[in-house]
Amino acid sequence: MTGAGRDDDLVRPYVVTGGRARSRISFDVVTLVVTVAGAPAAGHDAHASPEERRMLALCRGGALSVAEISAYLHLPTSVTKVVLGDLTEAGLVATRAPAPVVTGPSVELLQEVLDGLRALV
Amino acid sequence: MGSAPWSERPQAAYLGATVERSVKILIAGHFAVGKTTLVGALSEIPPLRTEEVMTQAGAGVDDLAGVSDKATTTVAMDFGRLTLNPHLVLYLFGAPGQKRFQPLWRDLAYGALGALVLADTRRLQESFPVMDMVEEHGLPYVVAVNQFDDAPAVDLPVLRRALDLLEETPLVVCDARHRASAGQALITLVQYLLTRAVKEPV
Repeated sequence: MTGAGRDDDLVRPYVVTGGRARSRISFDVVTLVVTVAGAPAAGHDAHASPEERRMLALCRGGALSVAEISAYLHLPTSVTKVVLGDLTEAGLVATRAPAPVVTGPSVELLQEVLDGLRALV
Repeated sequence: MGSAPWSERPQAAYLGATVERSVKILIAGHFAVGKTTLVGALSEIPPLRTEEVMTQAGAGVDDLAGVSDKATTTVAMDFGRLTLNPHLVLYLFGAPGQKRFQPLWRDLAYGALGALVLADTRRLQESFPVMDMVEEHGLPYVVAVNQFDDAPAVDLPVLRRALDLLEETPLVVCDARHRASAGQALITLVQYLLTRAVKEPV
């Protein structure tokens, strides 16, 4: 502690992320994640961390959002994002859609959501 | 954490192979207002829980898990999902509205279509910080009064004044336990978002 009385900038010493609190790649909680076809099977890469192997094994079954991956693996979403960033950079997983943008949803998208809800509930 | 054999974990419910786009809506509200109940009534999968670690120990934090590291606290958020069509999935996130959860909201609110603010007529004042939080993050919202069995009958005009809502902000009554009722509240929100988007094209 610096004694300045601020703890906002504390970096959490996550063992699984090598001390990193943020991924270089930006993920939203609803970013969809899939494994890349032809990626080596989980566990075959001696350099992969246990978390990376678990994440690859989970993602191999199909597409899931970042939030679902976090929930199934019992990892905080911030940790999940860092590990996913590493897997993305290694070419092992890919995101299926860009994260939502702040410019606001289009009329077409909202209409699509509305139609979907009306058909379901 | 994380050491359980694979077979002991819940079976993952994967998205359909054609789903390629995702959107999110926040179900915002104070403690015990029925956020998870509403998510569960609408979700196609049993609600899941994510945990996030907050490093900011603000005033009023009273449920720290450990005493050794007072700078961190863990917040659980329940969420569910609805596949709207073969290409699009909607995620519903229960978002705790108390001021101390502010650090979580930046990521959660980013890119969200809007928010459904759940309110309880017996604890109306607890909804003000929730609406403040939603407004601070620029999310358009609808207020849905969750009709609890033992709560007094709702007089909407009176409630609207009590909540100090803008004239354009829709106010509805719902039963968070029932899919049709919860769904109608969500439909009201998306209709409102659509009306705004038509008026002010992005």
